[in-house]
Amino acid sequence: MHIICKSQCGNRAALKRPKTGDALCKECFFAAFEAEIHHTISSSNLFRRGEKVAVAASGGKDSTVLAHVLKLLNERHNYGLELVLLSIDEGITGYRDDSLETVKQNRDDYQMPLKILSYEELYGWTMDRIVAQIGRSNNCTFCGVFRRQALDRGAKLLGVDSIATGHNADDIAETVLMNVLRGDTARLRRCTSIRTGGGEDTIPRVKPLKYSYEKEIVMYAHYKKLVYFSTECVFAPNAYRGHARAFLKDLEKVRPSVIMDIIYSGEQLRFKDTVKKPERGTCTRCGFVSSQQPCKACVLLEGLNRGLPKLGIGKKSKGERMIAKQNQELALRERANLVKNDF
Amino acid sequence: MGTPELKIILEFSAGAELLFGNIKRRELNLDGKQKWTIANLLKWMHANILTERPELFLQGDTVRPGILVLINDTDWELLGELDYELQPNDNVLFISTLHGG
Ligand SMILES: [Zn+2]
Ligand SMILES: [Zn+2]
Ligand SMILES: [Zn+2]
Repeated sequence: MHIICKSQCGNRAALKRPKTGDALCKECFFAAFEAEIHHTISSSNLFRRGEKVAVAASGGKDSTVLAHVLKLLNERHNYGLELVLLSIDEGITGYRDDSLETVKQNRDDYQMPLKILSYEELYGWTMDRIVAQIGRSNNCTFCGVFRRQALDRGAKLLGVDSIATGHNADDIAETVLMNVLRGDTARLRRCTSIRTGGGEDTIPRVKPLKYSYEKEIVMYAHYKKLVYFSTECVFAPNAYRGHARAFLKDLEKVRPSVIMDIIYSGEQLRFKDTVKKPERGTCTRCGFVSSQQPCKACVLLEGLNRGLPKLGIGKKSKGERMIAKQNQELALRERANLVKNDF
Repeated sequence: MGTPELKIILEFSAGAELLFGNIKRRELNLDGKQKWTIANLLKWMHANILTERPELFLQGDTVRPGILVLINDTDWELLGELDYELQPNDNVLFISTLHGG
């Protein structure tokens, strides 16, 4: 009752591919999975010969598979890329310590240089200390904003031409759905792009796993015995994304192509010219890319350093009022001191 | 002669073990007089070893979408899923795809 591999190699099939429904043996699955990523890379001209590429490595399944496959394809097809691993240490005890061990394992297994940058050295704050300040409700805002910028800073430090991230097809379909549900047209516009950024001041981000299904990434890692780390961030996981993900997984049961269909819909959307495009400038304080002035990272950081951690969370006007109020209080206190010393 | 037993191995990975007392590998001796399908096995697991938040593992009569099931290292989708009949020394592995990236 064993099913034979669809490619007539004579082997027993090991898995059913979610994308095509084909039953393939391990070897034929590896070949198909790798060939599709190669096709994605070459058909969208993701890299150029001689470029230095940072793989954003978290120790999780996606970035582990990405590092493995990029190294393999770079050698097999002679891309001529210099690959490095770039990791961010948020300073979350128990979570990051273990996953960084996994990244170090990747470094040794794939013989790639590794750069670890910590929130501590970049911002003077670890996530543990931020959470101690603000509690657990808004911490993923900090985590996300700081991580996005930390990758840019790390990439600049390493002098790379692009940053490859492990976003897979399921992730992108979720993001399309979330942006539709939130009416976030600015993000909806760019969330399906395989390459983002790349203006004068920004280092482009690329997503070589854009069309790779999560199930295949996990099966690939399992059959190849790749070591990865798999614990959710210990702080509040993103509940909204969780709902989008569960919804998509349910839909996939009745319509297996739904992931690709949603990505396709996202890619084909056209926006009216009246839809606001975010202006991409650079932050006057830190010099990194931002559509706001100052950038979100700088606002959050100012809040932490002023002891007003909620500063960057709500509306901008509210934050400005909070700063004005604190400045006023400080001024009053200073005046009181002056009066005292006025004798 | 004792009662017949059906010996199988259960394994959990990528976070699925967190719902089962954080134990990654278990050897089970099931009652060998009855027929065991994956559907029965899931019911047994729910009643006996699923200690943590069952809704994260089960949905209705089956596993929650996003949890992969491999029987002797083969995708259960090729083996009849819930209807697969367990054989002596089978290895059933549950991998979560829902944890971390
Ligand atoms: Zn084959
Ligand atoms: Zn977080
Ligand atoms: Zn800034």
